Amino acid sequence: MSVVKEFTKGFWDILPPFRLVLGLCPVLAVTTSAENGAGMGLATTFVLVCSNVLVSLLRKIIPSKVRIAAYIVIIASFVVMVELLMQAYAYPLYQALGIFIPLIVVNCIILGRAEAFAGKNGLAASAADGLGIGLGFTISLFVLGGVREIIGNGTFLGLHVLGTSYEPFVFMVRAPGAFVSLGVMLALINWISARLEARGRKA
Amino acid sequence: MSFGDYMLFIVGAILVNNILLAKFLGNCPFLGVSKRMDTATGMSMAVIFVMTMAGMITWLVQYYLLEPLSIEYLQTIAFILVIAALVQLVEIVMQKSLPALYRALGIFLPLITTNCAVLGVAIINIKEEYNFLDTIIFSFASALGYSLALILFAGIRERFVLARIPKVFDGTAIGLVTAGFLALAFSGFAGLVG
Repeated sequence: MSVVKEFTKGFWDILPPFRLVLGLCPVLAVTTSAENGAGMGLATTFVLVCSNVLVSLLRKIIPSKVRIAAYIVIIASFVVMVELLMQAYAYPLYQALGIFIPLIVVNCIILGRAEAFAGKNGLAASAADGLGIGLGFTISLFVLGGVREIIGNGTFLGLHVLGTSYEPFVFMVRAPGAFVSLGVMLALINWISARLEARGRKA
Repeated sequence: MSFGDYMLFIVGAILVNNILLAKFLGNCPFLGVSKRMDTATGMSMAVIFVMTMAGMITWLVQYYLLEPLSIEYLQTIAFILVIAALVQLVEIVMQKSLPALYRALGIFLPLITTNCAVLGVAIINIKEEYNFLDTIIFSFASALGYSLALILFAGIRERFVLARIPKVFDGTAIGLVTAGFLALAFSGFAGLVG
């Protein structure tokens, strides 16, 4: 029961980056297309699950005074692994994501989960927490990347979905569009959750 | 590079390729500390100081430690440790020797460890194969660009207290949209440096 709950909370209750407003840099930078967004999300998920598991296993051994430093070393090791794996097996994606792969180290979501959850909970719960939050993050990035790609480029996963006569609204795939679309989407999520809450109160 | 090239390089790093608004580095503290002007200036000073120092030290680490031992794949781990240690060291030294500055920067120093702009600039320095002088200039100019964007943004955000913002946009959402328009304004500098 509780493992399922730890897993599913990442999809709505604390859906990153909307409910849990952390780790915004990769969100803004790589969501120029749905594919890049999903790739970044999966890389982050891998690191998040692995670091949560290891932190949870070592939580009784790591002295609390140096725990943050220890967490950072753990996270950095997994990031290096992802970096090398992507270089070997997904080179185009590696090039598209560029500097943001090493920067997964400083993605506050991962350190945040290590500190807030994995350092205090057991193995199964921590793995479920990491997987749920990671997949929630991946879906958010995929949707945001998809919206920006469709409006800004007229394509979705490389396919022309709006027809060839569509004049791309390039603003959306440029830097300012990243901020505006994330802001609007955050407001949309706020609106939906306010509606849900109001309905829940009425019932 | 000649002096003129350096000027273009600096202007490019501050305005055209602004680290915050064009390269999306360091957004969490950008949204976190920009609600008030004094915290924004505190953060800016801390970033300028740490980013320049970190750029220099990581450059030395890369070329005098990682490359001779051919362990470049440890770059990410080495750099984040260097930055974390540097921040700690700066905090201790500053507390002893410059207590006034320490009180001003106070809580912003530890936060910088997880500011991805610092690690980002360190990695860009290596990726672009800058020499030592370029590294110092680029790190410093990027930090100035970061500060400029942060302080401008804080100035705008202070006005929000009086504005009537739709409820769903309140907080971070309106902040992001505003940052978008600030980025739009900065993209006007794009033609400045070829």
